[in-house]
Amino acid sequence: MSTSVKSKAVEREQLTDNHHSGEEKIITRRQTAVYVYEAPVRLWHWITVFSIITLCVTGYFIGQPLPTQPGEASDNFLMGYIRFAHFAAAYIVTIGFIGRLYWAVVGNSHSRELFFPKFFVKAWWKEVWHEVRWYLFMEKTPKKYIGHNPLAQLGMFFLFIVGMVFMIFTGFALYSEGAGQGSWQDTLFGWVIPLFGQSQDVHTWHRLGMWYLITFIMVHVYVAIREDIMSRQSLISTMISGWRMFKDDKPD
Amino acid sequence: MSQLETFYEVMRRQGITRRSFLKYCSLTAAALGLGPTFAPRIAHAMETKERTPVLWLHGLECTCCSESFIRSAHPLVKDVVLSMISLDYDDTLMASAGHQAEAILEETMQKYKGKYILAVEGNPPLNEDGMFCIVGGKPFLDQLKHAAKDAAAIIAWGSCASWGCVQAARPNPTQAVPIHKVIKDKPIIKVPGCPPIAEVMTGVITYMLTFGKVPELDRQGRPKMFYSQRIHDKCYRRPHFDAGQFVEQWDDEGARKGYCLYKVGCKGPTTYNACSTVRWNEGTSFPIQAGHGCIGCSEDGFWDKGSFYDRLTDINQFGIESNADEIGTTVAGGVGAAIAAHAAVSAIKRAQHKGE
Repeated sequence: MSTSVKSKAVEREQLTDNHHSGEEKIITRRQTAVYVYEAPVRLWHWITVFSIITLCVTGYFIGQPLPTQPGEASDNFLMGYIRFAHFAAAYIVTIGFIGRLYWAVVGNSHSRELFFPKFFVKAWWKEVWHEVRWYLFMEKTPKKYIGHNPLAQLGMFFLFIVGMVFMIFTGFALYSEGAGQGSWQDTLFGWVIPLFGQSQDVHTWHRLGMWYLITFIMVHVYVAIREDIMSRQSLISTMISGWRMFKDDKPD
Repeated sequence: MSQLETFYEVMRRQGITRRSFLKYCSLTAAALGLGPTFAPRIAHAMETKERTPVLWLHGLECTCCSESFIRSAHPLVKDVVLSMISLDYDDTLMASAGHQAEAILEETMQKYKGKYILAVEGNPPLNEDGMFCIVGGKPFLDQLKHAAKDAAAIIAWGSCASWGCVQAARPNPTQAVPIHKVIKDKPIIKVPGCPPIAEVMTGVITYMLTFGKVPELDRQGRPKMFYSQRIHDKCYRRPHFDAGQFVEQWDDEGARKGYCLYKVGCKGPTTYNACSTVRWNEGTSFPIQAGHGCIGCSEDGFWDKGSFYDRLTDINQFGIESNADEIGTTVAGGVGAAIAAHAAVSAIKRAQHKGE
């Protein structure tokens, strides 16, 4: 991975040199594939996908339960299984999220993109604006990016990271009610309930959070497919293989 | 009212035998969730401690807390009021009235400075300088602050004193506030409920008198012994919840079979109280047992959490009455439509530039 980044850096230098010498011709170059998403990141991504699907479906049916089951209470445990699946998926997604935070520390530079958008870099905001224009069909060609483009970083941070943290905190606060006072869930997250008012308020906010994440997923999936088709680099296969392919050899 | 008289002496004077006294101590220990070893400790405390006076103030309230209190079965309120505590001032229960009553309040406050327990039923309105609640010719707010100054501890009876309850519900014209918004320098024990369960009320007082300290409180100031679990956690209909068997309509088969009231808005899963264990009226029943969902009366702002019969709370801030799912589907639908439109334009643009 480090070699590919280095090769890119060299290419960049050549491009600027050519630019300074005032050459007008379009410089072509060969861009090799770049290894962007390391295995733990990809694994985390897909675990999170399946966990969140489970959480949304089960969560929806916790708030609006399925029709009444026939027979004796002792013959059924539907709500119990739904809640078990919800809690199990919640633990998986939370442990995964903590693991992902750890990987942001030890992983490659792209593993940090989601957590630290460059809010204080003016050039970064310029590129956000460029991406916005690209999405409004005001730019003919998008830029090339090895990792996330700045607009994507912004979206991932506010829709996904903030949404996930919110759901983990409110979710574990609600879970602590069942786990009981004095449990570690209560010690760590119990304070969230009076912060929102009372338990019913936290339930309402947690459900709004679900719809927030569903909205994120819709945008995320659409944009990933669209970028895969219309941008100048691979998107979907990258999250499977880890390698970013570029479709043309033109400059950024 | 002798200053040296102990609880035990008062009880004996009232003709209670030692045997009955010891039984009572065991019963109280059990009611408080304490082990058998605590019964002798309670007995010892009652034999040696002098009675602690309780001043009971009434602010903006409906007296449902008092009504509940006098129906206590274990320990009998007769024992509590007449023997254990010296309820020196309670303008609803006391014999004297007017200036005489107010004089007793002052006398007790001076005599037992820093020792008495202040029990507050109701809450003070702050609007118009507190003129919406006048006691003895003065705003209740003044009386509350005055009586709280030298109290050892304060008990907030009911949801009014604890959270604000009905008079603090939107739009709260009198600006009624729970007492912890006014008194900040004293330990406040919240005993919420509209009203609280009688045995919970007497249990809290008994604990404080016996052990001379505030019971262990949760994060929001409620005694853990009665408010650490939700109605739902100990509900006898819980197996129907786990099985997924619900009352869908008030007149359906599920209602007749006593299924879970979750879908018709029971607030048991979000309400901390002892109703499903202690129950009401000497353990006779409680709302869910009577076939109606819990309305969450011991929770903060329960009047403002939408209908008692909705599972998902209406969110009025959005201008229209809609719950989280209605808002969510609207937003998701809007985003979906936007995505479809964007995708269509993208496809057209791509077709236009094909081959470039």
